[in-house]
Amino acid sequence: MSAAPQLIGSSGDSLREAFGKSLVDLAERYPDFVVLDGDVAGGTGTHHFRKHYPRRFYQCGIAEQNMVSLAAGMATVDLPVFVTTFAVFSLRAVEQVRLSVAYARRNVKIVASHPGLDVGPDGASAQCLEDLAMYRAIPGMTVISPADPLEVAAATEAMLKYDGPVYMRSGRSPAQRIFEHKPNFTIGKAQVLREGSDVTLVACGKMVAQSLEAAAHLAEKGISAEVVNAATLKPFDHATLETSVTKTGAVVSAEDHNIFGGLGGAVAESLALHRPAPLEMVGVRDTFGESGEPDELNHKYGLTPAAVAAAAKRVIARKA
Amino acid sequence: MDAPQTKLASADLERRALQARRLSLAMIYHAKSGHPGGSLSAVDLLTVLYFQELQLTDAAFSDWNRPRFVLSKGHACPAHYAVAALAGLLPMSELGGLRKINRALQGHPHVGATPFVEASTGSLGQGFSIALGMALGFHHRGVDLPVFAMLGDGELQEGQVWETAMFAAHYRLNRFCAVIDYNKLQSDARNSEIMGLEPLGDKWRSFGWAVQEIDGHDLEAIQAAFGAFHQEKDKPTVIIAHTIKGKGVGYMEDIPAWHGSVKLTDDNLLDALAACGVTREQGAAYLSGAVFEEANP
Repeated sequence: MSAAPQLIGSSGDSLREAFGKSLVDLAERYPDFVVLDGDVAGGTGTHHFRKHYPRRFYQCGIAEQNMVSLAAGMATVDLPVFVTTFAVFSLRAVEQVRLSVAYARRNVKIVASHPGLDVGPDGASAQCLEDLAMYRAIPGMTVISPADPLEVAAATEAMLKYDGPVYMRSGRSPAQRIFEHKPNFTIGKAQVLREGSDVTLVACGKMVAQSLEAAAHLAEKGISAEVVNAATLKPFDHATLETSVTKTGAVVSAEDHNIFGGLGGAVAESLALHRPAPLEMVGVRDTFGESGEPDELNHKYGLTPAAVAAAAKRVIARKA
Repeated sequence: MDAPQTKLASADLERRALQARRLSLAMIYHAKSGHPGGSLSAVDLLTVLYFQELQLTDAAFSDWNRPRFVLSKGHACPAHYAVAALAGLLPMSELGGLRKINRALQGHPHVGATPFVEASTGSLGQGFSIALGMALGFHHRGVDLPVFAMLGDGELQEGQVWETAMFAAHYRLNRFCAVIDYNKLQSDARNSEIMGLEPLGDKWRSFGWAVQEIDGHDLEAIQAAFGAFHQEKDKPTVIIAHTIKGKGVGYMEDIPAWHGSVKLTDDNLLDALAACGVTREQGAAYLSGAVFEEANP
């Protein structure tokens, strides 16, 4: 483990901006990839790429089904393709992801902004609490939800080096920074961000920062929490979780997603199969969201450091 | 790329189309399920595509640089497989394995299982978009290669088809050709009863496509239509091929029940083969599967 990353605290770029800028940074070193967008380039961060590489950017209009299958076809001409839209609109083409992309194992990367409740005032129709579950269920899909702008940059390059279908979540709000320097990113590898012995907090996306904050609060109460960044939900890093839970004996999962089928689901499966231990899930409890500022929604729906810390105390009390 | 140099005599194409009809029927018989109606309506179009337009000699594609064909109406794959075998892209012995476990020929086309198949299809509308992506990819690479997609008529009810149509015209992809196997029937009944398509030519024209309407069983008309496609400089082309579902087998023609998925009895097969010039004595080799042991032509 490198020097233990802590919550830097300062607010950085949103993950979508980080993604858009990393496409520009990677464009010269990876001269083949192209970017498709469905009339939301300003929202997905790909306007940066469009500006610098207009000939490698294809506007697909508001037609996600065509965009996804089209990407599968372009990939057969040896062009790695990024498909970008809002998470919820990508769901409109889940069957296209399944058949055109995943079944044919095409080198298509779907990168979706506006995940979870993070969308805020646009309300439930634009929020997306189901994507991680749906993409995780498709055979052969890699599913990634990074936590920090520098991690997004590292994950974007890792995706380019990987020949196969990937779904990645970015994010809309300014992200809390976790890493001082660009981290190593290996698809399928979780990372212990903070070591602890009483409970494992395993999180993805924006809930990683919340979990680090929760761990700091818990430390003040004499509870030692280990924080694991499970940026890859699939393939899931069973070994890292198993090592952690062997030490701590209790787990909290935390995600900006329905508690069913996403990270909580992946953690529950992993624990049940490899190392049974009590689990508490922090996430949206099988309901739709509503309009409101992200912070207000986080409080109402329990996506806060306090909620993670409370879940940690509950799960510790459940240890045999 | 101009129109391919080698132009086959229509008698030659006719002979191959007839062989493909016989093989498709035998394949569906041995598979104990499959879609005969839409396979038979597509055979003539597929024959011209493979023997005149694509002229692929090897299915072990080593790079991306080849003309493309996507069967978007994936359920007609028995005809596609049969034509590909006649073109030397698939061992004839594989045809007997259609829809069987651990074999190459899936019930709907799949890239991962069958070498010459360019896209996994079977959910209508997707193959058309995938083919569009190939055409855009060639355009992006500055390579002049044609891309063909075959769609069913019922398939045109999918919204994705019109997303694709809009995109291809917007980007002026003149090397992209849609072929509609317009047999007027879909799974449950006639198109006109399920969800009317007319005026079909006007729909495509209004989407910015060059439109040709032909008899999809007239081999010379099919050849000519592809010839006109190669001359088009500004627009994608759609060939609306008027066909007959079950074409070539009288008792199946224009009857929705033969859409599929259909189990053919021994007599069904022998009667169908008789319509394709196979005597009942010769039919024994089709019933036994011996016909699949023949060498590729």
